[in-house]
Formats: sequence, structure tokens, C-alpha cells
Amino acid sequence: MADTASADAAEQVLASRPDKAQLIEKLVAKLPEHVILHAEEDLRPFECDGLSAYRVLPMIVVLPETIEQVQIAMQVCYANDVAVVARGAGTGLSGGALPMENGVLLSLAKFKQILDIDTANRRATVQPGVRNLAISEAVSHLGLYYAPDPSSQIACSIGGNVAENSGGVHCLKYGLTTHNIVELEIVTVEGERMTIGSEALDTPGYDLLALMTGSEGLLGVIVQVVVKLLPKPERAQVVLAAFDDVRKAGEAVAAIIQAGIIPAGLEMLDNPAIVATEEFVHADYPTEAAAILLCEVDGTHAEVDEHIADVREVVEREGATEVRVSRDDAERAIFWAGRKAAFPAMGRISPDYYCMDGTIPRKALADVLIGIGELSEKYGQRVANVFHAGDGNLHPLILYDANIEGELERTEEFGGAICELCLEHGGTITGEHGVGVEKIDQMCVQFPPDELTQFHAVKQAFDSKGLLNPGKAVPTLHRCAEFGAMHVHNGELPFPELERL
Amino acid sequence: MKTSADQSEHLRERVAEAFAKATPLHIRGSGSKDFLGETVHADTLDVTGHTGVVNYEPGELVMTARAGTPLAEIETVLDEAHQMLAFEPPHFGENATLGGTIASGLSGPARPFTGAARDFVLGCRIVNGQGQILRFGGEVMKNVAGYDLSRLMAGSYGTLGVLLDVSLKVLPVPRTQVTQVFEHTAAQALEQISDWQLKPWPITGAYWEDGKTYLRLAGATSSVESACEKLGGDALDDDRAFWHAVREHQRPFFTTTDRPLWRVSLPPAAPMLDIDGDCVIDWGGAQRWLQSDMDAVALRRIVKEAGGHASVYRGDALPRFHPIGESIMALQKRLKKSMDPAGILNPGRIYPEL
Repeated sequence: MADTASADAAEQVLASRPDKAQLIEKLVAKLPEHVILHAEEDLRPFECDGLSAYRVLPMIVVLPETIEQVQIAMQVCYANDVAVVARGAGTGLSGGALPMENGVLLSLAKFKQILDIDTANRRATVQPGVRNLAISEAVSHLGLYYAPDPSSQIACSIGGNVAENSGGVHCLKYGLTTHNIVELEIVTVEGERMTIGSEALDTPGYDLLALMTGSEGLLGVIVQVVVKLLPKPERAQVVLAAFDDVRKAGEAVAAIIQAGIIPAGLEMLDNPAIVATEEFVHADYPTEAAAILLCEVDGTHAEVDEHIADVREVVEREGATEVRVSRDDAERAIFWAGRKAAFPAMGRISPDYYCMDGTIPRKALADVLIGIGELSEKYGQRVANVFHAGDGNLHPLILYDANIEGELERTEEFGGAICELCLEHGGTITGEHGVGVEKIDQMCVQFPPDELTQFHAVKQAFDSKGLLNPGKAVPTLHRCAEFGAMHVHNGELPFPELERL
Repeated sequence: MKTSADQSEHLRERVAEAFAKATPLHIRGSGSKDFLGETVHADTLDVTGHTGVVNYEPGELVMTARAGTPLAEIETVLDEAHQMLAFEPPHFGENATLGGTIASGLSGPARPFTGAARDFVLGCRIVNGQGQILRFGGEVMKNVAGYDLSRLMAGSYGTLGVLLDVSLKVLPVPRTQVTQVFEHTAAQALEQISDWQLKPWPITGAYWEDGKTYLRLAGATSSVESACEKLGGDALDDDRAFWHAVREHQRPFFTTTDRPLWRVSLPPAAPMLDIDGDCVIDWGGAQRWLQSDMDAVALRRIVKEAGGHASVYRGDALPRFHPIGESIMALQKRLKKSMDPAGILNPGRIYPEL
């Protein structure tokens, strides 16, 4: 069976011991020497991505400068059965670009050119190492921008955005990466260049563009991206609403949506997040509030006026204790400053923090928030919550100290429990950060064996040797069986039909 | 009349049986899209008995319904809550089902502005070619756990799995809608539509036919009014009926001749192509309907050079969908095999190879 063959291939690749000196020789024979790094001090900067609790020194780093060089590197690795982990800016939060000590790390960092801006079709053709924000900056003078805005947008690169299907604050209205790209150039595991999607709005045959987006580097290496550009709204304005009860805040979120408004952004912070960010950036947040909502609406001047009035009416009806409306862009920036500084603010009050990423139906916001509070007491660890509330996408930040023996392990267990709480409420373990290595065990809880087997079969269609980013995103059934043996959920073994090894 | 019946198990059994015997199945809803793609010569697997809205809460902006549910019924339920399928799917028949709508992946005039069918798919349950019921995606807005196999189902014409139910993102109905009409040549229309889209105006339709551009605006009342003021043009009476006729191919352009009808998909700003025949422009230039007797190979060569592809809606040219390159076809064949190893699900519907 193809499906188990793929999983077996991946396990073999993970356990393989390629000869480093020989591989360097083969790469150097076909590529300029300066694009191949293999001394420890040169490899060190690549040992982790944004999930810095996990670190592995790669065997070799290849830093190609052209698509042809990417193809050659892939051809050499394919011929020698060596695993390849592609990496963009390395800002990912799930360890998707975590290197392998027996594999090649393929960095796309030198692909930094914006190749074409097409105003008539409102598109830009960019290399994968171009930073997300750099696209919007490059087209700003045309009155255009690129909509998806992950909070790391200053640093994260578009290739990684495609691999992770990144979201951001504005995706309820403007969609995720998958909604905002039209064409990809990829290099396959065999080193062949292929075009996925097209400059038209659809492409004959299967929608491989949808499948590639969010595939976490397991199906191909992205070497070029055509993104959609949108006209910048005339104006954006934010309502800040404070609530004395998280349940009321959660209900206000649903009420705004039900009133027929699709806000450009709808964010929620709970009290610990409000207090921590207020101490850090002094955005004048009401620190006594149980939760605040930040609701941004954008569009034409007239539309913003209309929707701001509607939002104010809804949150007041839902029991907001205080409502403020930004008077100008400067004040709007201040309202957002706290939300945008939430992660660094945690860094000030705790040596380390662990960011989770579940998504749930909006109606479950309050119940899940209360459930997280109970888990926080159970594990004895503090947690602050910032949510993309409009999407039901939660980012609980668990505070911990990695220097305390056992605290990281306890934090990961706490994080796993939050993932499962999201699943119990009909949600998913990851809304926008990806599975990577971080949530691979929770995939065993979200997906039954047949679904996982189907994923492996799809992987096999793209990468029969299992060389692309093995061990990430989709767990083997073997791994799930081991995880299940350690972790009995609700008294049921998740994979009772499998033998325990 | 609204019906609700869960035939998942029956459909699964039929596929499992077909898999065991390696006999192909022709998956079929109401048959409203039978004219698209190639004919499947196999026993029919009728999904029209698998019906019902499974879950719909307007506050969540999500609806989950079974594949055999009539599209018209889904639209009625949504309309009662002032919500809609924002990709404006064509029905092409009174009894069009949700399953056929997603399997064919068709979208109406709003597509370039609000998104395509695939953009609104959040999750689905399918029977794969081995007779296993699988669930991908979910009922939440953002979900990146596992490969995105649910969006892949849109436009795969049942060749990768039998859709059981689909979860879709739905949106509020805009408060106001108007359509302004302008006198333009086709070339003027393409240029003007491209320029208009550089403004943050609430455009949801841009169509050209016979010397006139029809621009639909929909959204907040104030926003529509202010855009209209800047745009000028003449207001169109009964514009809902107009856009319905565009969507359903009921304009005289579509109904008054029997010449071959081509759907040409292009980068929106691509200039008018040098092809003999009559043309109307939808999707702000990205979808052009062409009545032409031109040879299929020659026509497709011109379209491809302009960055697009052409499929047959009416006529005899084969293959009906635009041919694809060798290596991408090889990959698609492997993908098909990964989901349908015995090749029993609608074989040949898209291409003989799939």
C-alpha cells in the first residue's frame, strides 16, 4: 500500500546516516562553494526557527541564489536519499523549519527580489524570501497592499507564509494566504521546476494551489509566488470596548457578526494580557476590565462611519462598561499598540512563554476561556489570552521558566490539554501557526488513522521517498500509537486497533 | 419541501463494493452539470437522497449541509437569516445540488471580488475510493491542521472522493445593491474596469456585453451611494434579474444560437483576443464567453499565449477541459491514485487520464 510505504519511507529517512563529507563533495561539484555551509559556527544560526525551545544543528546548510541552484541541490539530495528542510525567514512558531542533524537545510533567504508589479491585474510576482511587509511597502505608492498580515510581518517571508497558510489580524474580512495568491513556482523533490496555479483566476485540473498552501514544506519547495494586491481602504477606525465579564465579551463578538458586519479585525484580550501589555506600552487600556475587544472597520469614509455607529450600538447593548472610538490614525495606532505588543509584553513578566494556536467556533469563546483558566490552576502556570476573536482563533500564552527543571515539559502538557479543549468544542489544534513538530502528537487526537493514512498517501504522490521535511505536520500511525499509550484521553485509547510496541 | 436523510453509510457501502470489484461509478446529483466535462460510462451513484442542512448558526458564519441538498433550499435557508453564498454559484438547472456545486467548483459574477467556491470551503466529509469515510477541515474559519484536502475537492468533479457533506463559510447579504451602466467598447471596458478596481469601492460584479459595461456595487448603503456618485453611469432597473440571467446563462447571448460556446479564463487585464466570434466579458475580464467556430487547437493556442485556458461549454471539441502539461498531469494522476487507487470514482470526467 502506498500510504504505509510513505510513512515507512519517512521513518527510514529519519533514521538514515548519510555521509556528510561525501555529500559536501557532491554538492560542491555542482554548486558554488560559498552557497554550502558545513562548519559548526556557520550552521549555528539555523538551529531553530521561532519555536526556540527546539534546537537541532543541521548537517549542511545550502543557501542557493538561483532557482537552478535550488534544482541542483534537490537533485543531489534526491539521488543520495538525503532529507531536505526548506526555510524562509525562520519566524515560524511550530518548528516547521526545525533542521535535521542528518539532513540538508535549504534556506531561501537570498531570494529577496520583488520581480514584477502588475498594476493592471493588481498582482506582484515575488521571490519567496521577500518579507511580507515589504510587498505592501513596495506597492503603497500605487494605493495597493497585500492583505494577509501575520504579526511577524516585519520579518516573516512570503514563502513561509505560503507553506504555513499564514493568517493575521485581518483574515476574517480578507482571507488567509490561500485566498490571496494566484500562482506558485515550485521545485519538486526530484528537482523539477513546476508552475502551480495560473495568472487566470482558475487552472484546469486539480486545485494544486490549495493543496500546496499550508503543506508545511512536505510537498515541494516554493521558489516564486504571485500574490494578489488590494486597494488600500480610504480609512480604518477602531472601537475599544471593555467588559467586566469574559462571557459578555464573547457574546458581543457573535453579536457583531450577527449584525451583518464583517470587521477588518476583531481581537480580544483577557485581563492578564491587558495588564501585562499596559505595563509595557501604556496604551491606556482599562486594566480593571475582564476583557477588551478591539474592533476595526475599514472601507470608504461613509462605510466606516456607518459601521462604527453599528458596532458601538452592539457592544453597548451587550453590556460594555466602556466604549472608545479612535479619533485619528495616531489614536488607532495606540489602541493597537497593546495588542501588537502582547507577545513581547509576556517576555517582560516571564522568562519564557509558549504560544498556542487553537481555533474554535465563536460561540465557544467564553467556555474555552473559562476552561483554560481551570487548566491554568490545575497546572499551576499563568496564562494570558490574546484572540483573533472574529475568527475564533486563540493564542493562549503560557508563561514558564525553561531554567526550572520540568517546567517546559509541564508547559507542553498544558498546551496539549488546551489543544484538546479546542477539539472538544468542535475546533482545531492549529488555526495559523501550523503543526510542525510542536503539535504533531495532537494530530493523533484530531485525526483518526484513516485520515492520517490518506494524508500519507497524498504525500507519497508528491514525494515517494519521503525526503521533504520528514517527521513534521503529519504523524505516522506508529508515533500516534506510542503517544496514545502515554496519553489516555477520556479513558479511551485513541488507536485501540494498533499493537503497542 | 425540505427533506433530511443521512445516506452516508449506503453511499460508503456502494463505493466499498465498487472498490472490491474494481467497477467504476458515475457520481451524480441532479445532473444539472452533466454537460460539463466528459461523459462517465459507468453505473450511477445517485447522491440526491443524501440531503439536509446538518448545522447552521448565522453567528458562526458557517453552514454544513449534505451533498444532495438542493442548492435552492440552502439559499432559502441562508436568505431567511440575511446571509448568502458569496461566490454566487450558478445552478444551471432547477434541482442543482450542493455536492455538484462544490464538485464542479463553479462561481458566479461575484467571484473576482468575493472569492471562488473553493475559497469558502471550510471542511468536508467524503468517501474516498477505498470506501472509507474521511473528514477534512472543519467548521471553523481558520484551520491548518493537515493538508487542505477539503479545498482540493472543489472543482475535482468527484474524481477524488464522493462528497458527503460540506462546511461553507457564509456571509451577510449586503444592505444595498445597485448596478450602473456605461457605454463602452470591449477594450474600453477592460481598461475602465481595471482602473475602477484600484479604488476601495464595493464592486461585486463587472460584466460587458454588446457595447455596455454593467458594474454592480453592493455593501454598506453609504459606501454604495458615495461610489455611485463618483462613478456616474445610468442605474439599471431590476438589476437582480439581470445578474441572475448572467449567472445562469439566460441572457440572449447564451440562448439564441447553437454555435460552440467556450469559457475562456484569462488574467483579468488581458487584451481582447484575436479570435473570430462573439464575446461577452464577465469577472471584470477574467472570464470571457466566446461563441466561435474556430478550430479548438488554434483557439487554445491563442488563449494560452495570453496566459489563460479555454473549456468547452457547448460543442464537440475534445478534450473539453484545456489540456495540461505532461509533468503536471503525471502529478495529478498520482494524486488521483492516492485517493482513488482503483480508479473507480468518475473516471475520465475531467481528462481520460484521471
